[in-house]
Amino acid sequence: MTFRAGQRVRVSPRAHRGHHRTPGYIKGKVGTVERVHGTFTNPETRSYGGDGLPEEALYLVGFEQGMVWPDYDRRDRIFVDVFEHWLEEAE
Amino acid sequence: MSDGHDHDHPHEPITSDGEPAAAARARALEALLVEKGIVTREDVRRGIDWLVSRSPADGARLVARAWVDPDFKSRLLADARDAALELGLDPGPSPVVEALENTESVHNLVVCTLCSCYPRALLGPPPAWYKSLPYRSRAVSDPRGVLHEFGVDLDDDVELRVHDSTADIRYLVVPRRPAGTDSLTEDELAALVTRDAMIGVAQPEAPVAA
Repeated sequence: MTFRAGQRVRVSPRAHRGHHRTPGYIKGKVGTVERVHGTFTNPETRSYGGDGLPEEALYLVGFEQGMVWPDYDRRDRIFVDVFEHWLEEAE
Repeated sequence: MSDGHDHDHPHEPITSDGEPAAAARARALEALLVEKGIVTREDVRRGIDWLVSRSPADGARLVARAWVDPDFKSRLLADARDAALELGLDPGPSPVVEALENTESVHNLVVCTLCSCYPRALLGPPPAWYKSLPYRSRAVSDPRGVLHEFGVDLDDDVELRVHDSTADIRYLVVPRRPAGTDSLTEDELAALVTRDAMIGVAQPEAPVAA
């Protein structure tokens, strides 16, 4: 587990050909690790008949809605489960 | 009737007797999987039977127990799979089920923007709107507007937390216990807990006095 709860992380903005479970609306956005869920098989290989191994760390990442949607004017948050290889340390 | 478009190969009309295209595709996929020996028709039948045998009554039992038993609520919030097993309920195949508690200051809403992930074991099959593109896109970008359309208007000081089920975790909302329900039994309380309340688009209400 590279990241820990409370750490600021940025979701990689990269494109990805094929199945992946990182929604486009959080790509490039900065959020906070709320929890480490543990490790799970990787859907990007599992979905093509692979075994999904090695398992990857999965994090619950919280984002301020105003950081995700420019017009969002409340202090609400959105939480997304993101696999480790989509995250990088933010400042 | 013409087939409505022109191109350079002939084929039968794509639709058959009003069967939705997705159903026809699912049937074709099933036939292929059976032919290749990956699943049997019996596997598919058992899977469907399991799915339609599930009901939000199970989730409602978890919520009602949490309302009357604070220790159980703590265990439910810590590990909803274990809590379901404790009540003899089937938490399903997902490795992690997480219960999200609504409070005076926090309201939770669940969506799956990428497909239709849903705690089927505890809530049964998801409603059609949960799988619709408008819900999946607007629940993340305009969740207060979506809630308003469902008849839920949150106070300004309540934080709305949207949970997008993108991976292996399944989320279930524990709604707030309505006022005026102190005299109700656990079973009567469970009857107030709807599927929609456990998705986060409704708030349980006390029964109207007879």
